[in-house]
Amino acid sequence: MKLNLAQWGNSLHSGEKVYPIVPQRKRWFAVSAVLIAASIALLLIKGLNPGIDFSGGTEFRVTDAPNPDTAIAQEVVDAAGVEGTARITVLGENDVRVQIGVVESETARELTTELADAYEVDAEAVSFTQIGPTWGAEVGKKAVQGLVIFLILVTVVMSLYFRAWRMAAAALIALAHDLIITVGVYALVGFEVTPASVIGFLTILGYSLYDTVVVFDKVRENTANLTSQHRYTYDELANLALNQTLVRSINTSVVALLPVSAILFIGAFVLGAGTLQDIALALFVGMAVGTYSSIFVATPAEVALRDSETKIKEHTQKVLAMRESGSSDVTIAADGSVRVGAVDKGAHQGSSAQPRRKNRKA
Amino acid sequence: MARVKNGARRALVWLGAIVVGLYGLLAVGVLTGGASWTPSLALDLAGGRQIILTPTLAEGSDQEIDQADLEQAVEIIRRRIDASGVAEAEISTQGNNIVVALPGNPDAATVDLVRQSAQLEFRPVLVVGSPLPVTEASATPEPSASASADASATPEPSASATDDAAASSDAEATAEPTASATAEAAASSSASASPEATATDDATTSDTVSASDLSWVTDEVQAEYDALDCTAEENLSGVAPQDPDAAAVVCDQTGVAKYILGPQEMSGIDVATATSGPELSSQGTLTGRYEVRLELTDDGGSIFADITGRIKDLESPRNQFAMVLDGVVISAPSVSTTITGGQASITGSFTQESAQQLANQLKFGALPLTLTVQSEEQISATLGADQLEKGLIAGAIGLVLVVIYSLIQYRALGLVTVGSLAIAGTITYALIALLSWTIGYRLSLAGVAGLIVAIGVTADSFIVYFERVRDELREGRSLQAAIDHGWRRARRTILASDAINILAAVVLYVLAVGGVRGFAFTLGLTTLVDILVVFMFTHPILMLLAKTSFFGGGHQWSGLDPRQLGRDTVYKGRGKVVLGSKPTLAERKAAERAAAKEADAQETTPASTEGEENR
Repeated sequence: MKLNLAQWGNSLHSGEKVYPIVPQRKRWFAVSAVLIAASIALLLIKGLNPGIDFSGGTEFRVTDAPNPDTAIAQEVVDAAGVEGTARITVLGENDVRVQIGVVESETARELTTELADAYEVDAEAVSFTQIGPTWGAEVGKKAVQGLVIFLILVTVVMSLYFRAWRMAAAALIALAHDLIITVGVYALVGFEVTPASVIGFLTILGYSLYDTVVVFDKVRENTANLTSQHRYTYDELANLALNQTLVRSINTSVVALLPVSAILFIGAFVLGAGTLQDIALALFVGMAVGTYSSIFVATPAEVALRDSETKIKEHTQKVLAMRESGSSDVTIAADGSVRVGAVDKGAHQGSSAQPRRKNRKA
Repeated sequence: MARVKNGARRALVWLGAIVVGLYGLLAVGVLTGGASWTPSLALDLAGGRQIILTPTLAEGSDQEIDQADLEQAVEIIRRRIDASGVAEAEISTQGNNIVVALPGNPDAATVDLVRQSAQLEFRPVLVVGSPLPVTEASATPEPSASASADASATPEPSASATDDAAASSDAEATAEPTASATAEAAASSSASASPEATATDDATTSDTVSASDLSWVTDEVQAEYDALDCTAEENLSGVAPQDPDAAAVVCDQTGVAKYILGPQEMSGIDVATATSGPELSSQGTLTGRYEVRLELTDDGGSIFADITGRIKDLESPRNQFAMVLDGVVISAPSVSTTITGGQASITGSFTQESAQQLANQLKFGALPLTLTVQSEEQISATLGADQLEKGLIAGAIGLVLVVIYSLIQYRALGLVTVGSLAIAGTITYALIALLSWTIGYRLSLAGVAGLIVAIGVTADSFIVYFERVRDELREGRSLQAAIDHGWRRARRTILASDAINILAAVVLYVLAVGGVRGFAFTLGLTTLVDILVVFMFTHPILMLLAKTSFFGGGHQWSGLDPRQLGRDTVYKGRGKVVLGSKPTLAERKAAERAAAKEADAQETTPASTEGEENR
């Protein structure tokens, strides 16, 4: 497995094996566009499933109940005469969760003791959360506010770092892509959105950019001396960069996803719904989408944007004209694709690269 | 070469010094009693109740709640909670909200303490005395006994029914108990004990008797006063609203004096605002002292003129009026002239801070403020412990998976990842323990999630670095050069990515509320630790490892084997090219010689021969 991945990495690096992701960008844009459209449609039609933190309400949680039967809780809630329907679920192995609307603080306290009695557990083992409706709205508002400010700051930082607004724009396109699709997945599956999920969504931002920065760094490195050569076009060099960083993207994504899936596993199967599961779920979906977008959306989008630049346009025309006339020495494969090799000239690698004489003190 | 080595060694030594320093600091903290070896846990892990309150103004009010008011509200809640005997309560502000975290499962009374709004009252002072309870024999206090005497945090008038202290009331009801009235700093010597009948008629709202009349000090009130021990913290909560039409027995906010006060004459609604600043003399020059300027409403101004006109000529301490906020006296200045026009200036031995504090308290008291409960959360200790345990298990699983993956991918180089992660973990743990000591940080479940996610982020930066080095090896560089070159490029990428992570963490921390902050905090912290570790551990250690024959020679298990990286031919310099898979002629000859030398020679493997060569 390892050897294969490394050899695959080698051939990707040398340009021996190239996945035509940038040349076929229209296809990937179409895929992404469909996904985004579907996500937005789902959001509008089905909507998200807000947890009580956003909608307001009261949640009780009985831990380690010897007999986690939802009927018991139903009886207690009915007896207390609480308005509206109670949502009662069993979490993990023996935890019971009861969700009802907003009640008086006194009622909540009474219900806590009654639930403890009914489930024959200590009153200490019953947790409850009461969220006022305005609080939830505030949490949501703050999250959106944070998102907007973060996006503005990131645009500034990326523009400064890459010194090219098109790269920053492409990174933001990928970012928006990740967020919309992640939220779309939430709408599709109907996962509950809690403040913890919002934490997850916001962290995706950092992650998505992390991957994109790695790829863009390589693109910039490959195309640094673009105009001083006329063998390859910008598109081809960007595609090479993308392929060269493919192994790295996969490795970083896998390593990032491993701890997240560990939390998700524990959160979902052992602990039951809660902060851990909500964060991990959002991160898992977001990171998976983020990996996809850093490969199939970010760089293609960046190339699409750069191609409208006159400098790049002229350069591309010149390269293609040279190929037409046969004065270019590039290898053209049967399917018309070009084998892209190293752009940088070789250089002296310093005296430290020289072999050392044996028995000489270093 | 030696310089590089020294630089790397120096970085490692510095890192060691940092780690030792952090743990040393923590050890000092533990020994001096303030810190603990384990980080303190937030409510969702330790169990307890969290109440989030938002202060709201009464409708139609044109005032605004500023940060000072919010802090004042926190201060009042904190005093109430401390007085109720709940230990380790956390009260903080987040945006416009007040977050109260109470450990354990507090009873309803404690929870109610939190949400009651505070009231500002103006009452005339009748009697001032030492804060200690008065007993018949002597004034020797028995804090424990008196504490139990009225243990309830609500000093109801009936508290005088308590046993030992009540006995003293029979002695002499009217006499001022001790001479410690001098404890009141502001007690000015207005000697004229003028008849108290002056200006009594319209001063108070409904009473026929002046609010300053000593007849308010009934036997009951006196008994209560005698029993009160203002040095006991539980008596400083004073949250129970006193009857505005009766005398009240209250403590000074710092517990240095206690008072019998007449009925309420003005309240917070009569105050427009309060400010503080340097005191100006009548010539308009600075006196070097500070004053608090009280601005009253029109109604308040006229009432205040009446009060001051009435009490200015009374004997001390009855020429003082007390400002009572939330059941404790925040200031009791004496009056020597009638103050008209609704502008009063309080002077005394104020520092800039204490003047500011009093002004804030008065301004706060003027706000028609109520606290709305936004969310209330009760986490049982068992659930908290359960979540912590499962969270740690999740972290351990995640860590093991990352370690296994990096060992498969990077072989021996994966061990550098493991070492770096271990160092990062050690530093992060120390930092969190230190921060929970110094700034009272508490690790929440969201924070734990942040730490686990950080494993991935931290490992990612190593991967970016290693892949970069491998890329350089694929380009045909020697390992030394590849590390040099790869590091310069990877450094940029790592810093850029980490900068974005830190940006995200800071934005989330500043803007978000609730659990999001705990997550943002650990994410930001671990990102900083990541930078530290990459620069001071991963890179130096890789430079040192490159000198070893195992890594430098590109052993096939080192993860840096040029042959596996698709580099069959390596340019060795001096026009020599090594075909990686086959030994060179010289190497073959050397191998033959070595084989011949050993009596029963075993064939040396090409890999090890090449390793020798590269040294």
